[in-house]
Amino acid sequence: MAAKTRKILLEPIFTNNPISMQVLGICSALAVTTKLETSVVMSMAVISVMSLSNLSVAILRNYIPPNVRIVIQLTIIASLVIITDQVLKAYAYDVSRQLSVFVGLIITNCIVMGRAEAFAMQNRPYPSLVDGFGNGIGYSLILITVGFFRELFGAGTLFDVQVLPLAAEGGWYVPNGLMVLAPAAFFLIGVFIWVHRSLYPDLQEEE
Amino acid sequence: MARGKLYIVLFTTAVCGVFSVVVSLAAVTLKERQEANRKLDQQRNVLVVADLVDPVTRLTVEMADSLFRENVEAQLVRLETGEVVPDDDPLAYDQQRAKRDPALSRPAPDNRAGIPRLPLKALVYLVKKNDALDAVVLPVEGMGLWGTMYGFLALEDDLNTIRGITFYDHGETPGLGGEIESWRWRDQWEGKRIYDDASEVAFHVRKGRAPPDDPFAVDGLAGATLTANGVTYLIQFWLGEHGFRPYLRNLTSGMEGH
Repeated sequence: MAAKTRKILLEPIFTNNPISMQVLGICSALAVTTKLETSVVMSMAVISVMSLSNLSVAILRNYIPPNVRIVIQLTIIASLVIITDQVLKAYAYDVSRQLSVFVGLIITNCIVMGRAEAFAMQNRPYPSLVDGFGNGIGYSLILITVGFFRELFGAGTLFDVQVLPLAAEGGWYVPNGLMVLAPAAFFLIGVFIWVHRSLYPDLQEEE
Repeated sequence: MARGKLYIVLFTTAVCGVFSVVVSLAAVTLKERQEANRKLDQQRNVLVVADLVDPVTRLTVEMADSLFRENVEAQLVRLETGEVVPDDDPLAYDQQRAKRDPALSRPAPDNRAGIPRLPLKALVYLVKKNDALDAVVLPVEGMGLWGTMYGFLALEDDLNTIRGITFYDHGETPGLGGEIESWRWRDQWEGKRIYDDASEVAFHVRKGRAPPDDPFAVDGLAGATLTANGVTYLIQFWLGEHGFRPYLRNLTSGMEGH
């Protein structure tokens, strides 16, 4: 892999993560991360939408009239999201029911439009695809980590399999009710940002 | 690159046209699978609430169909009179669509369950064991805090004792009202009774804990009193005179006649 492509792919995963650095896409990160399964499916949906929207926008970038570019980007993203939603309803019905409106709300996920506008409008299709994919992975990394801790501590399960035996069923673990509520995702993302900036001190903002 | 207004209009139209076709194609080609999923989900809910299948089983279309064929008899019921409407394929009846069709529904009488319209006919499921009635599964719905909650209630063959409840569609807050889906809460419904000695609907969801010896009450949901009240009202409505009461009465007298 060329060094430049690698940089495009890896940067949004580690040093310029859309959630922990740019604090975008928080809404869905709160809503769908109560369970690992929904987090994973949501991640895959966002990765595919973001890769394909970046690719489509990059292919059309020289033809898109600048004054209607946002409308065109939205048309493309909305179409891709509807298709993703339809595919989930056909092939992962239970999960799509749990995700409910949040698949549709990928349209309003700032990361998707942010990348289309900031990257795909200026770059060739292949790097744009890689950028969309990388940002999708960066988003997923946090979503899945948050989902992992919320399901583990909130219900004692992972992918619906009991990992920590519950006190109510004769085990020792008392589930933490806070974990299934939205604020828990805030705490976890906060901890994530803290750890992230301690590992990369040059990311810390000047005081 | 200078471009005229015409170009902008044409380009935008073309993009919209192309993506409409792609979206429509996806919707049309996947429709059949989605319908099958929806039907399977309904069947699964009926089978689970009637204790015919373990909720953790991964149910295939074939399994659900054969379980249905062997154990379940679907019936269309005229709500007002409680009589069974003969029909060759009751499962093809879509009660939710009927509710929206003025020819197949009527305004609901005043009720606390927040039900605006009632279908003329309802789809119920009789669960049979060795040709005798084992349980009956009734569709129920009513307003929660955020929207309509849809579910199934299964009654034992005495048509009074609850076998199970399930809510398959609702918009209640996850973790609070959304707990109507949890097994921890639903399990305590089993064995509770609907009607008291005076034949009134006595079942209700308590605020706080229900006394363990109360046969008509289950625990409330912490932080979700309005959802819990909605559940009480919808049970009271659907098992009352405007709901399935006339049908259950017919069913009882039918059994005694045999």
